[in-house]
Amino acid sequence: MERIPILRMGDLLLVTIQVDMHDRLAMQLQDDLTARIVSDNAKGVLIDISALDLVDSFIGRMISNTAAMARVLDARTVVVGMQPAVAITLVELGLTLHGVKTALNVEKGMALLGKNFQ
Amino acid sequence: MSMKDYADRISQTILDQEAAIAAEWLAQLEALLVRSNAAAREQLRSHCQQFLKAFAGATRSGELENIEHRSWDEVRDLLSEISATRARSGSTPAETATFVFSLKQPLFSRLRDAFTGDADGLASASWTINTLIDKLGLFTITVFQKTKDQIIVRQQQELLELSTPVVKLWDGILALPLIGTLDSARTQVVMENILQKIVDTGAIIAIIDITGVPTVDTLVAQHLMKTIAAARLMGADCIISGIRPQIAQTIVHLGVNLEDVITKATLADAFVVALERTGATIAAKRTA
Repeated sequence: MERIPILRMGDLLLVTIQVDMHDRLAMQLQDDLTARIVSDNAKGVLIDISALDLVDSFIGRMISNTAAMARVLDARTVVVGMQPAVAITLVELGLTLHGVKTALNVEKGMALLGKNFQ
Repeated sequence: MSMKDYADRISQTILDQEAAIAAEWLAQLEALLVRSNAAAREQLRSHCQQFLKAFAGATRSGELENIEHRSWDEVRDLLSEISATRARSGSTPAETATFVFSLKQPLFSRLRDAFTGDADGLASASWTINTLIDKLGLFTITVFQKTKDQIIVRQQQELLELSTPVVKLWDGILALPLIGTLDSARTQVVMENILQKIVDTGAIIAIIDITGVPTVDTLVAQHLMKTIAAARLMGADCIISGIRPQIAQTIVHLGVNLEDVITKATLADAFVVALERTGATIAAKRTA
């Protein structure tokens, strides 16, 4: 079964969504990510969704929930690289990712996480 | 006497008296003309003559009850053209409708002469002509309205295009001066423009200046909040600037929650905050 890879960089976890998200894949990611945050004792999570160019309400909620779960596990979470069309869709769906940090690209997201550690 | 005979007699009367009817009709229309100049009179005359010619031709077909009939094609085309011209030149609907309705009087007086001593015939003929002209009048107004609607749609599109510039003020700082009321359609365009610009320039802060927005009600505020939320999802923060005193009062009275947003009174204040965020400062040049 295909999975979204979770990469470890120091105490950061890097998730890059490069394929079309479908519902089961999103559920699997949630399970994997939460497990990895605990097992690796990660302090930060960076979710890159720049390759995601369309979302439905379910995927939108999954992104929002995944970010929120990571936050509950005390890992600072940054969602980066959201496409304009995806942003508009999420706002129309009322999913504004409240409390989750966002950045334009991975570089800026890293800076945001780095700054928060100091 | 059958319907067809009436139609024939009416048609014959109009054909015989075409010149006289035209003269009387034109005199009436000219008396009503608001902007009386040579060009307007000339246009009116040519419209009258063309219309009467087509009208007389169409009555000859005997189809006096159905203006959708093939034989009325020329009349309808001509009326559409006249009506559209008038709509574009700014005539009122009343003026445009009068063009057709004022034909009644000259026609009725000719019919009275033609049907002397035949009261029944005159009544039927009058009724026929009356309904016919009414239908043509309604058709004129329909076209008039359609033309106006087209003009409005076109202007709306033009407004959309010219009213949503996104300008870059500094590295990483964008400004969006909004002018005019924000409705759903405009919000959509504004949102798309600013998000695309954020991607293009890699901006981390966007200033939305609402100096040119005349009123802020709950709907406009909601649209603003949506734009700000979408920008935040892309990793850019927004500042609202250009809030006039009355607008500030309205926002508080309406109970709109702007607490999560940075608001500034002027674009200059907002720019200073934006510069601080990007790590730049402005200093006066030291004169030695």
